[in-house]
Amino acid sequence: MANKKKISIVLFSGDFDRAIAAFTIASGAAAVNYEVNLFFTFWGLNTIKKEKGRKALGKGLLARAFNFLMGGFKNLPLSRLNFGGISPKLMTGLMKNRNVATLKELLEASIQLKTNFFACEMSMNILGLKKEDFIPEIKEVLGVAKFLKLSEDGEILFI
Amino acid sequence: MRYKLDITKDHCPMTYVKTKLELEKLSSGDILEVILKKGEPLENVPRTAEEQGNKIIEIKHLQDDIHIVVIEKG
Repeated sequence: MANKKKISIVLFSGDFDRAIAAFTIASGAAAVNYEVNLFFTFWGLNTIKKEKGRKALGKGLLARAFNFLMGGFKNLPLSRLNFGGISPKLMTGLMKNRNVATLKELLEASIQLKTNFFACEMSMNILGLKKEDFIPEIKEVLGVAKFLKLSEDGEILFI
Repeated sequence: MRYKLDITKDHCPMTYVKTKLELEKLSSGDILEVILKKGEPLENVPRTAEEQGNKIIEIKHLQDDIHIVVIEKG
């Protein structure tokens, strides 16, 4: 297993459905023996906040308002037909009925399969977020140069 | 030891996610029987298990589109 295949996923979006895509590819790739890196940036940071609901995190009024309005894992909106946040819940119900893994299960599988989680330093700075605001699985806070180094010789996906 | 895993009701990516997590729990020489459907699971579960250093003992057809893959943990 000298040359382990590698995929690096940038999760820029904080949409529920796009997060499903990211964690499906991440857990699936890890299960078939890829090295997997997940980089969370901008809206994508909402998926990995320690606080799953709405909380005024960060420094400064504007950052706190932004973080409150965006919320966390439980507030991720569907990219279309969100209907004030009802659709992600209906979608999760559908997924359970059809025996398809839910977003929570996909995130847990990605963690269990030891995919590497990284957070973007620059967007954290804008939103006034600290490493401690995120789940402990975040390995490191980094920038573009380190991201390119880590994703070298592998596939890169931007979601 | 011999273990069983039924992934006939699961879909991508949980079919191979569950197989990989189950194999990780076992010790070298243990046997895992994976019950799965033909198509993507049957194509990918044995292939990726083998890539990860395990041995495919046999693949049996049970009924309809249900198959059983016997894996020895490497």
